[in-house]
Amino acid sequence: MKELIENLKNEIIESLNLEDVTPDQIEADTPLFVEGLGLDSIDALELIVLLEKKYGLKIDTAEEGKRILYSVRTIAENIIRSRNP
Amino acid sequence: MKESLHISNYCLIRNSHLITGQDHFFAGKETAFPDFIKETYRHFNIGYPKFFKMDNLSKLGFLAAELLLKDRDLNLDYGKDGTGIILANASASLDTDRIYQASIADRSNYFPSPSVFVYTLPNIVMGEISIRHKLFGENAFFIKQTFDPVFMVEYVKHLFENQIVACCITGWVEMDSERYEAVLFLVEKTGPLNNGIAIFDVRNVDDIYCLKL
Amino acid sequence: MEKKIRIDNGKLAFVDEVYIVADNIVTNLGFTSEENFDQVLSGYTGIKLLEDEQMAPEPFYASVIGREALYNRFSLIGNPDRYTRFEQLVLCSVHDALQGTNLNVADKRVLFVLSTTKGNVEQLGESGSLSSENKRPYLWQSGEIIKSFLRLHNDTLVVSNACVSGLVAILTGARLIRAGLFDHAIVTGADVLSEFIYSGFSSFKSLSQGPCRPFDKSRDGLSLGEGAGTVILSSRPDLNPKGEPIHVGRGFSSNDANHISGPSRNGEGLYIAIQHALRHFRGKVDHISAHGTATPYNDEMEAIAISRSGLQDVPVNSLKGCWGHTLGAAGIIESVAALHSIRKGMLPGTKGFQESGVSHPVHVIAETRTEKISNCLKIASGFGGCNAAIMFYR
Repeated sequence: MKELIENLKNEIIESLNLEDVTPDQIEADTPLFVEGLGLDSIDALELIVLLEKKYGLKIDTAEEGKRILYSVRTIAENIIRSRNP
Repeated sequence: MKESLHISNYCLIRNSHLITGQDHFFAGKETAFPDFIKETYRHFNIGYPKFFKMDNLSKLGFLAAELLLKDRDLNLDYGKDGTGIILANASASLDTDRIYQASIADRSNYFPSPSVFVYTLPNIVMGEISIRHKLFGENAFFIKQTFDPVFMVEYVKHLFENQIVACCITGWVEMDSERYEAVLFLVEKTGPLNNGIAIFDVRNVDDIYCLKL
Repeated sequence: MEKKIRIDNGKLAFVDEVYIVADNIVTNLGFTSEENFDQVLSGYTGIKLLEDEQMAPEPFYASVIGREALYNRFSLIGNPDRYTRFEQLVLCSVHDALQGTNLNVADKRVLFVLSTTKGNVEQLGESGSLSSENKRPYLWQSGEIIKSFLRLHNDTLVVSNACVSGLVAILTGARLIRAGLFDHAIVTGADVLSEFIYSGFSSFKSLSQGPCRPFDKSRDGLSLGEGAGTVILSSRPDLNPKGEPIHVGRGFSSNDANHISGPSRNGEGLYIAIQHALRHFRGKVDHISAHGTATPYNDEMEAIAISRSGLQDVPVNSLKGCWGHTLGAAGIIESVAALHSIRKGMLPGTKGFQESGVSHPVHVIAETRTEKISNCLKIASGFGGCNAAIMFYR
């Protein structure tokens, strides 16, 4: 889990071009959208692509997206759950 | 009698150099565009993290507008919808279109990227400038084979004469593989005191565009 | 404001007025405006379930023109093997619009304005054509091809302003005529559906499961389409002796200054564009032709802007349910439909609409009806935060 969280932080920074953000600035539980990292709707769509490409995690509905993409930890939990259904 | 229009500032970017009508000058060390534009962003301490999410065309136009409008608040001077943005180029968004096309070429590795796709329209650069400077005015993006000062001057004059704009950001923002250049003009009825650089006409526009950098 | 004056055959004419004297629509509902408008009035749609593995990994709903139909149609005016589908669409549309007018396109007072979002972008998909040496995908090159086919005097002016391109192209043509630079402008908008466009909208999760349902409670996205539309603008209303000329009002194209892909929540940009378009128009608005893409956010934003403008009781329709979203052609195709609505006194219903699903009340018409109208407000919005509005009137 810990390793996965660290990997995710790096991948998020890279795929969303968060140039001036370092992995240790992203807390595992900070909300990614609006108040936290300030990501927007395009970032959300890009994250969906990243998670499917890299981890085979499919997000089909907006509701699911909101829940899974809440924080780095919720993403990691869902990846693990999808591997061991 | 028609009032004459002034070029109250300009910004020209080409060959890893940037110059404005208010004596900002920057000679980049980097030759590749992505490195040069990042270096320029750092040099002028822009502080707008969304910059790094933009495609090359938007980065180029955005940065030219940053320097063009340095220390100005057009929203204050002309109201939210008083400033128009009229841009043109030769390659539309083809630079990013090619990147996007390459990403969908392989069906076995088919993950079209929404953050690349959104930049496959040339007018997005006007959106980025509008968002940054809170400008709600007239917008148009034209495609021409080469920079056409005659069309630009005629069209912008018409917008002023018909009160469609009270101020206008206009110019050429071109990005095609390794080739890039941007020239933006800030056109106003009166330039700021002692700063009215030149009358907005074809000759002055062309002279600025042809400055050697 | 001083008026520009020009002398025609010894008669004095003001250049202030600009008219639409001829028009065309090419979609899979037909190759002329009349064919298209009749089909739309009868409630037909061009949107079908499409299985095309080259374009999309799975079937999807869209309105596309049969390859063979376009090929055959184009072969009446040129060699279809030498022109791309995009170019064929543009040229078919122009050629039909010119029928019945006595416009000499080679005249130096004629301007051609091309509206498109992606033009020949599908040419990038051909192997080895990603290099900048491949000139066909350049939009100015499309302009050159049109210029040489039609033997135009002037260079083509290309407008590429996302989904408001069509309205911006009409506005630009009309302004250049008012400025006295030209007497006539042929304004054509076209876009073809390609893997490029499908995959992009799909990655944006913007596509509907079934045929799109503008302003409806259950709308879930847009349906893509392809087509072309043409309006011929002129300072001379007598250019087409048969058709009733329609005035092109002054319009405006604005920006939301909010987000590059998401429409503004308060409809500010569109509201501003509408206010400017109505500034020069006296009288009441009889009809609004909406953009109505059927994405949840777009239709909501439009409803807010319409309602904020005090136009909530004006009959509104969206024709995206008939032709899908034809991108750079949409503004022109839908403007042509608006002209025909004015001329015929018939308002097409909003295909796909049953129950309102927007938070602000707007008068969306579901069924086609007879109604005498003398004007129409056409609006559009698109990526990059762009919006546009323009009045057409008798």
